[in-house]
Amino acid sequence: MSGYQDKIKETAKRLLKEGSVEMVIGFRKGTLPMMNEPCFIRRPEDVHQLVWDSNCGINLANYLTDRKEKIAIVAKGCDSRNIVTHIIENKIKREKLHIIGVPCQGMVDKRKVAALCAGDIENVTEDGDVLTVTCQGAEKKLSRKEMLQENCTLCIHRNPVLFDELVGEPVAEQTGIDRFAEVRRIEAMESQEKWQYFEDLLAPCVRCYACRNACPLCYCPTCFVDESKPQWVGKSQNPIDIRTFHFLRAYHCAGRCTDCGACERACPMGIKVRQFTSKLNKDVLEMFGWEAGMTLEQRPPLDTYKPNDPNDFIK
Amino acid sequence: MKVITIDKKGWASGIEKTKSAFQVFGPVKEKEWHSFKALGPGEQPDMAYSNTRISPKFLVQPQSEPMFTYSLDEAVEDHHILKEVRKDTAPKAVVGIRPCDAAAFLIVKRNFDAPQYQDPYWLNAYNAMTFIGFACNTPCSTCFCTSAGYGPFNEAGLDVLLVDVGDSFVAKSLTDKGDTWLKAGGWTSAADASGKIEALMQAAEAKITSNVSTDKLKTRPTTQIYEAPFWDDVAFSCINCGTCTYSCPTCWCFDIQDEARGTSGIRMRNWDSCMFPMFTIHGTGHNPRGAKVQRVRQRFMHKLKYYVEKYDNGIQCVGCGRCIRLCPVNIDIRKVCNQMNDYDPAACVCPA
Amino acid sequence: MIPQPASARLSQKRGCTVQNPYLPYPVRIDEIITETEDKNLKTFKFVFVNPADEEKFAYRAGQFAELSVAGKGEIPIGIASSPTEKGFIKFTVNKVGLVSTFLHNMKVGDVMGIRGPLGNSYPWNVLEGKNVVIIGGGFAFTTLRSSIVYMLDPANRSKFKDINVIYGARSPGMLLYRDELASWERRDDIKMHITVDATSDPDWKYNVGFVPAITEQKAPQADNDTYAIICGPPIMIKFTQPVLDKMGYAHDHIIMSLENRMKCGIGMCGRCNVGKEFVCKDGPVFTLAQLNTMPKEY
Repeated sequence: MSGYQDKIKETAKRLLKEGSVEMVIGFRKGTLPMMNEPCFIRRPEDVHQLVWDSNCGINLANYLTDRKEKIAIVAKGCDSRNIVTHIIENKIKREKLHIIGVPCQGMVDKRKVAALCAGDIENVTEDGDVLTVTCQGAEKKLSRKEMLQENCTLCIHRNPVLFDELVGEPVAEQTGIDRFAEVRRIEAMESQEKWQYFEDLLAPCVRCYACRNACPLCYCPTCFVDESKPQWVGKSQNPIDIRTFHFLRAYHCAGRCTDCGACERACPMGIKVRQFTSKLNKDVLEMFGWEAGMTLEQRPPLDTYKPNDPNDFIK
Repeated sequence: MKVITIDKKGWASGIEKTKSAFQVFGPVKEKEWHSFKALGPGEQPDMAYSNTRISPKFLVQPQSEPMFTYSLDEAVEDHHILKEVRKDTAPKAVVGIRPCDAAAFLIVKRNFDAPQYQDPYWLNAYNAMTFIGFACNTPCSTCFCTSAGYGPFNEAGLDVLLVDVGDSFVAKSLTDKGDTWLKAGGWTSAADASGKIEALMQAAEAKITSNVSTDKLKTRPTTQIYEAPFWDDVAFSCINCGTCTYSCPTCWCFDIQDEARGTSGIRMRNWDSCMFPMFTIHGTGHNPRGAKVQRVRQRFMHKLKYYVEKYDNGIQCVGCGRCIRLCPVNIDIRKVCNQMNDYDPAACVCPA
Repeated sequence: MIPQPASARLSQKRGCTVQNPYLPYPVRIDEIITETEDKNLKTFKFVFVNPADEEKFAYRAGQFAELSVAGKGEIPIGIASSPTEKGFIKFTVNKVGLVSTFLHNMKVGDVMGIRGPLGNSYPWNVLEGKNVVIIGGGFAFTTLRSSIVYMLDPANRSKFKDINVIYGARSPGMLLYRDELASWERRDDIKMHITVDATSDPDWKYNVGFVPAITEQKAPQADNDTYAIICGPPIMIKFTQPVLDKMGYAHDHIIMSLENRMKCGIGMCGRCNVGKEFVCKDGPVFTLAQLNTMPKEY
């Protein structure tokens, strides 16, 4: 990974020096263990700030929306797929981008690590597959693979699909992954059980909209929950309104979601918001054989129309 | 001021006794995190906790709170006329609240209990509370209460301060309300523990290693900090969610909304956040804080400059560290506070 | 200080009683006048359902109130009537949002609420004994109307020296309070300078031109005894201010009324601040000298 980091810095410096981009969007080291902060670099002398490790889970495509500058962006597999979606949806122009692709081996879920440590985590370092966690003065070794975000353990597109250069050799994609086991588990529930499951799932929601705002797909100038004329959704903690928000947001992401996990990672209340989007990812895959962000050549199934649609609703 | 010793063996039974005089709230663990809940018969506060995930401000200012009810049925005599919602003002005891969170209510009180207007909802709820604070023997790495003007054993805003001294709690009663609560629990044995408390306090304060500088915030001209060149850098990563403001014990902003079903309606208030673009948008579509950087700047300026200037009573932050721990992109108020405090335009070699 | 009257509708606070500042006075719509040719501006005349509330609603020109419609919400609107007018209060409302659109469809006799008076006001203690220049544009003329009626009241007129009014709108049909404007034109104790951006009306007998230009031509030269009150759309303010600068108006002699999105109206909900000041409570009226020290977030 440190090889990636050096290569990212080197590339960023070169691009800024030769003036082919105005800014580089990447990560800098955060103030807390296991936290890196998205940042922009405009001057070659500042590229030393850029970092790359297993704590770069934020989806940087979110920072491209409607930007007009010439930008270089560091992109792992899921980021690149959201960049593709952004290009298709006219939120950024391909020619304005220089994509520094990073083959990815998954990002660490800091909550998984925290759950295994009593008290404050003081420091975390990584070396290959070993995470060394310092907690209350004591060191603990953890397997990085076992600490990954759930979406990363299910990811089959770790290599960027769209890039101008790669910072390393492509990594082997995971095979034999059952991506939708959790969805099937919920699908199998009786309706009452399912209802209760979603009630419990959403009970902690405070409507901070971190899930929505961390999502590169959620770029509407005014979200339907914020609309006042007409007001579609109430503003209180009424569970009906909370459900409406989560369900509708998921539907707005159908056929567009790359399962980058940004929503779940951002949620301050630890709600597994991917439970909704995963179900729709499964449906879109089964119905249309579609995975979001894999190609610039085709529009997502839910924003196109074909006269030979196999369903009869259109006729 | 009374100092009482509470043997931990008699703690649970005492808490049960207080329930006849108070509705008791305490920290309860749900899944991975603690939050304050009303304790039913037999339920105890979990005193083996660090702090709650989001602040207990909702005990006084619920996220959604009805203010008025009304009827839209023209056949009803007083249709369309607002009627106050009756509130429960019975005594409540918040057991185990951390000193930072109790002090936060004093900060917020300056907003709701102003010379010209008093907010009856907030004040009635606040006045019903007895705050049984719990000194922090082991602060977190993100705590910076000492440099924010408070501390792990701070007594401001508390009625009782409990200190865990091993086999017992030492309870320092700080107000008449505190005396009443101790009496309700049947705890009467006087303690002589001042030396012990002092030693624990110093040990706890020594564990707090992160800090902020606030000394120049008041005197620096508003426009100077406002126009400082670092805001774009501070704001870039922000996704404009409400995590920081909703988890914060000193953020009080709210929205007022009407909701009607059929002919009966309520006017209520809900938490709101300066991070949201809708917070300030005009009817015409004009938005004085339409850009993300303006909203991020507002949050920090409010807490660390406007409040400081307006009330001359420190910053609008108790250093609980929640916004730092919960921010999805690691925006750190300590860093921003120091940037604001130390900003000197004369010395600044500004990035192009 | 806005008086805090005792009321039957009280809340407990530490043994003493305070009025719930969020509770509106019930009012009945008494008259609705469509003001402008685009029909987007209507003046609503309200009478209090409980006559005793009128006294509690003691206000000064330049203050505003929250118009409260049960089921829809509240909107902050400047008070267009003058404290010297008794038995009713008036507001001119532009149709822009949810509440104002609903209000425009309400009828005479309907019951709603008024919460206030809110905000400071024009600084009448400072303005007494002075020349007052009122500069207004478009539909922001409401609290200026209140001020003019207040100053022209026989009991008050002698307290002020020269009164000049420069008021502009896009076209003659967009001017507010046209009958009153005409009656003020006929008086000799107020100098009216009405203007429109353009008109095809051959009988138009007043000025044609933008407010800044008319200000330059008609406003009196600055002196220590002359105060300008400006209220209008941002573009008008932007171009009028340099004119006043050129004419020598000191920034503490230029008085402006701001607008921001508001909810509570009493400085608590946190959204309308400009720097440390809340437009709803510390304003809406500020001098330009004050605004110069504040961020431009309005």
